Amino acid sequence: MMGGLFIIITSQNYLKKIVGLAIFQTAVFVFFVSLAKVLDGTAPILTKSLSVYSNPLPHVLILTAIVVGVATSALGLALVLQIYKNYGTIEEKEIENLELKSDK
Amino acid sequence: MNFLLINFFLISLLLITTFFIFKSTSLIGIVALTGAFTLLCSAIYVNLDAVDVAFTEAAVGSGISTILMVMAAAKLPEGKKNKLINLFPSIILAISISLVLILIISNLPLLGDPNAPIHLHVVPEYIKESKDFFHIPNVVTNILASYRGFDTLGETIVIFTAGLGVIVLLTSNTLNRKTKFKNKEKK
Repeated sequence: MMGGLFIIITSQNYLKKIVGLAIFQTAVFVFFVSLAKVLDGTAPILTKSLSVYSNPLPHVLILTAIVVGVATSALGLALVLQIYKNYGTIEEKEIENLELKSDK
Repeated sequence: MNFLLINFFLISLLLITTFFIFKSTSLIGIVALTGAFTLLCSAIYVNLDAVDVAFTEAAVGSGISTILMVMAAAKLPEGKKNKLINLFPSIILAISISLVLILIISNLPLLGDPNAPIHLHVVPEYIKESKDFFHIPNVVTNILASYRGFDTLGETIVIFTAGLGVIVLLTSNTLNRKTKFKNKEKK
């Protein structure tokens, strides 16, 4: 999880930043699903032979969150493409330099 | 015991993948590693009994997300080997947040404890009643579509908005930098 945060802050490439965001998200999802685990339990699909099931509620929340996460990264990618169209680069420092130049 | 060993192995693979994403500079390489990362995550979900989540992660996270990223990376220039920015603040931030999280995790119930508070409220009723109410054996589906149906509706609205935003961003040509600066000069 901290790896994802680290990539977001330190890398200059915007696409890499979005990948860092996705990693950060996925780490949180794994933590949530790990809370739902019951020892010796099985997947929450009811059968007659089994009686111990893992907790289905975090699974539902994470199902929703995964899809929303993909929507977020799609929006981010569209923003990156638009930035590339307007600046010709997706490296943070280069864009900063361009902005400084045009301010003068 | 086996369960913990598999989990440990998969999570160490995740850490290695993250490290290589951090090191890599080629965009396609980063995208491919991200696909591998999400597939590993879905393996972890299967290990943690969350089969529905694993299915969604493999289809949506590892499939659609990777396709979108490949499409974006094909249009973008090859990544350059630039210096890392904000190195020291981010190291301090990462270490301090990890310390706080480790402190909090030591207060959580143990992994797989059947008497943890999360397993005692609402969920037993869901597991007991949902079969009689909806006649579907999969409890996750029951909660997603029936008990928490409004959540799913809200999720659909979020996705619709995101799709709208993507379309607007990709089709607009008005956000041109030069025109923006010309306007400033006029003022």
